[in-house]
Amino acid sequence: MSTSPVTGASSLGTIAVLGAGRVGTAVARQALRAGYDVLIAASGDPADIELIASIMAPGARAVTAAEAAEGGDVVVLSIPLGKVTTLDPATLDGKIVVDAMNFWAETDGTMPTLADADSSSHLVADTLPGARLVKTLNHIGYHDLDTDHRPAGTPDRRALAVAGDDAGAKVVVAGFIAAIGFDVVDAGPLVGGLALEPGTAVFTGVHTRAELEDLLGVGVRVG
Amino acid sequence: MELGVYSFGDVQRDPSTGALGSTAQAMRNLLEAIQLADQVGLDYFGIGEHHTREMPASAGATVLGAAAATTKTIRLGTAVTVLSTDDPIRVYQQLATVDALSNGRAEITAGRGSSIESFPLFGYELADYDALYEEKLTLLMQINDLADGERITWQGKFRSPLTDAEVVPRAERGRLPVWRATGGSPASSARAGQQGLPVVYGIIGGQAARFRPLAELYRASAAQAGHSGADITVAVANPGFIGETSQGAKDLWWKQWSTMWSSLGPARGVTGPPRSAYDREADGGGSLFVGSPQEIADRIIALHGHLGHSRQVLQMDVGHLPQKDFLRSIELLGTQVKPLVDAALGAS
Repeated sequence: MSTSPVTGASSLGTIAVLGAGRVGTAVARQALRAGYDVLIAASGDPADIELIASIMAPGARAVTAAEAAEGGDVVVLSIPLGKVTTLDPATLDGKIVVDAMNFWAETDGTMPTLADADSSSHLVADTLPGARLVKTLNHIGYHDLDTDHRPAGTPDRRALAVAGDDAGAKVVVAGFIAAIGFDVVDAGPLVGGLALEPGTAVFTGVHTRAELEDLLGVGVRVG
Repeated sequence: MELGVYSFGDVQRDPSTGALGSTAQAMRNLLEAIQLADQVGLDYFGIGEHHTREMPASAGATVLGAAAATTKTIRLGTAVTVLSTDDPIRVYQQLATVDALSNGRAEITAGRGSSIESFPLFGYELADYDALYEEKLTLLMQINDLADGERITWQGKFRSPLTDAEVVPRAERGRLPVWRATGGSPASSARAGQQGLPVVYGIIGGQAARFRPLAELYRASAAQAGHSGADITVAVANPGFIGETSQGAKDLWWKQWSTMWSSLGPARGVTGPPRSAYDREADGGGSLFVGSPQEIADRIIALHGHLGHSRQVLQMDVGHLPQKDFLRSIELLGTQVKPLVDAALGAS
């Protein structure tokens, strides 16, 4: 990853997190722990989330969504799925974007277009056509992010899957997942994300790399 | 530290036939549990809001009214009122009535609720999930703040305007305690602090101590908004069960927990957790406070070291827990856990 012009301090690069909720602040914490520069944004004025960022993810910089999109080497979407349409697609053109979201009726209401989509990530891809989209981080509880990370090589290290159509983007995201403490398994193209959605064995359980490869029927490792 | 119980009115099974009991009997069992909680010296009993065959406590305020007249010192609350799909005026009136009947022991805990069956039941749109809650909580706070004889004029998006309206009866001691319940969203903690409301954390998964930064965020937000005093306080609500022995409690309650998930899970797109996941939650610093009295006292005291909370309440009756086990767990919380916690942290 290249060093971000926005912050420029970390050699690992910059993770931008869109969404300062449970998941967003947990991803930000882990990215900071791994040594990334971290930008975090919500839908409104960055001042509204400054206190949240300073306590929940000390070191993350609260910025606007547009600034986060511009400055992030990887942009993590951790907002309610139904709010993806509020993002400005132009700001994410050509960006490596992680879809860490799931459909939850409680927050998303009814999404009639979901039934016709190949996966929930395809709805995201339709909304953000220029994004280099990778599905991951949706199938780990946000609180497990804080407790389940382990150094590489630890026996029985927990694994997470990545799915996406852009091989280059997938490699970069796999590097990020590995850096925050998890083994990585390739779940194939974006449609492979379907096997990571709520209700699946992958979503429900805690898995090592071997177990996850078994569940996904793959043997290819990326990262 | 105040200790208590909350319940959604779990329906029991007939121990001899295995048949699911009636929803009416579940309401009577709930009243019996509240009365026992009062007798064994517990500080609080809360009734949640579900609308299902398994958990039929849909009109908790009515049960609290019966409890108000038949208990002496225990505080009686909702846990939670799904305020998004209710009318803040009606909620206030019902709980102010409970407050009158109990001589000032009623409380409201307002939440969005983790279940969504009340939305179609009362004709609300899930798309308005957040906006409904914020508007209604603000109105509830305004109603609660009225002085005796004062009237309210109000306009919002989700209900008809109010012009010079009276809302009675009034609470016995000026205001009802209104708590804001949250499952851990940072924005909700910040908002509770900004509103100057006491906060209840529903901790239903993961390490309980992970709520420490949220409690810090809540207190910092309150201080930033100029709120201080007794209203700025934290409670914790989590599943738990107390038995005579640690292993006995864990084994018995595993059946309850897995039964509950097997009925709830499909509706929420998740499958039930395996025993290993349960054990991870029920041991050490996890979210399930299941074990012996000494063990649960130790865990409450340890969590207090992280959160500095002033109240801990446990949801015990899930998955058709036999009433005798529910009552025994309440008794152990009051007669054994409470003295241990009081000895360590001082009496509430």
